[in-house]
Amino acid sequence: MSNVENGMSKAYKNAVTALLFQLADDELLYAFRASEWLGLAPHIEEDVASSSIAQDSMGHAVMYYKLLEDLGVGSEDDLAHLRPANERKNSILTERVNGEGYYMETPQYDWAYHVVRSYFYTQAKKAKVDSLCQSSYEPLVEAAMKIRMELYYHRLHWETWFKQLLSSTDVAKEKMQQAIELVMEDFGDMFSFGKDKQAIEENNLLCQEEALKASWKASIAPVFAKLQIEVPEIPETPHLNGRNGEHTKDLESALATLSEVYRIDPAAGW
Amino acid sequence: MVMAAKEVTTERVYEVLMTVMDPEIDSVSIVDLGMVESVTVEGNDVKVVLLPTFLGCPALEFIENNTRDAVQSLPEVNKVEVEVVFSPPWTSDRITEQGHVNLRKFGIAPPPRHFEEDGSWHVDCAYCGSTYVSMENIFGPTACRSILYCKSCKNVFEAMKPVSTLM
Ligand SMILES: [Zn+2]
Repeated sequence: MSNVENGMSKAYKNAVTALLFQLADDELLYAFRASEWLGLAPHIEEDVASSSIAQDSMGHAVMYYKLLEDLGVGSEDDLAHLRPANERKNSILTERVNGEGYYMETPQYDWAYHVVRSYFYTQAKKAKVDSLCQSSYEPLVEAAMKIRMELYYHRLHWETWFKQLLSSTDVAKEKMQQAIELVMEDFGDMFSFGKDKQAIEENNLLCQEEALKASWKASIAPVFAKLQIEVPEIPETPHLNGRNGEHTKDLESALATLSEVYRIDPAAGW
Repeated sequence: MVMAAKEVTTERVYEVLMTVMDPEIDSVSIVDLGMVESVTVEGNDVKVVLLPTFLGCPALEFIENNTRDAVQSLPEVNKVEVEVVFSPPWTSDRITEQGHVNLRKFGIAPPPRHFEEDGSWHVDCAYCGSTYVSMENIFGPTACRSILYCKSCKNVFEAMKPVSTLM
């Protein structure tokens, strides 16, 4: 794996690096927010399931950071833990808090929000991973094929919750509708490649932004049709674009917690 | 006393790898789980290539270390290299027949080899073989397992999730 750089132009390597940071940071933040539900999920089976999904997603983040390490960008742990918020390339949605409060104190987390965020994010991940299976960068193809198999179970899980809550009581439906609105406000950068759009698309690392959006919509349309609700519109322009390092305050607090232990002594083996 | 260096054979390496168990299911070896992609011997140096079952699997590092230690324990072996690769991806049909037998011994139903048309799957009870079971939680105590309930013998049991490239 050490000679992946052979025969790669500098421009191509830069494009791969840019995309890998977007993919890796998305997974890291999503996994972190998902892991905050540990012990707080609605019931014990869900606790097991959500933490399993969080663990898988962290595994996917590790894999993408490892591909960056293989490109000589830095060590995978340093890349995950030590980069400041303004260098992060995750989508805004993945960094958002789960609700009011801190999980160590008295959290008032919003389960409807977690279900909608997870369902929409997982379907977006599916659109990307499907396309990555045809990427021009072979290590990404291999990673995507592996991730896709695990993703199958995640999609099944969140789709079930999404359908059930939206077929439930009026209170549940209302909370879900509010959550859908909240999630969609932050969905403007989900399929954006930011400033690296041209480089990523021209090098055929992943299909075009518009194709990803179409694939996402098509994948959720049957579920929405059954529930008799409209597929929400993806905002044309994001209010903040995480792919360009623009973030909310929520990211800083996430990173502070996530990397607290690692920062104490980056050289230690955990 | 000078010992003549004995030749290392791949058969011997596989034999010793049969003693390396999954730390979370200690009745099943990594060979029967289908995690060993290849063993190459060059002189007295050995290289073992492993495929992880699930990417976030925390047992992977233990397995890597145990693999290295096991092969190194062969007196004829000089250098050991253990590499983890993701391609070809591990799929549940890599588990051997012996692996299926040993999973049942542990109370885990082996992964079904077939999917229904809608992508769902069915296993029989790991204890009594009854087909009258219900899925309690598709996510079990580890990434690769699900939790089911047998309505015949009234036991909770686990099943190894089927994983396929067709998903
Ligand atoms: Zn039974």
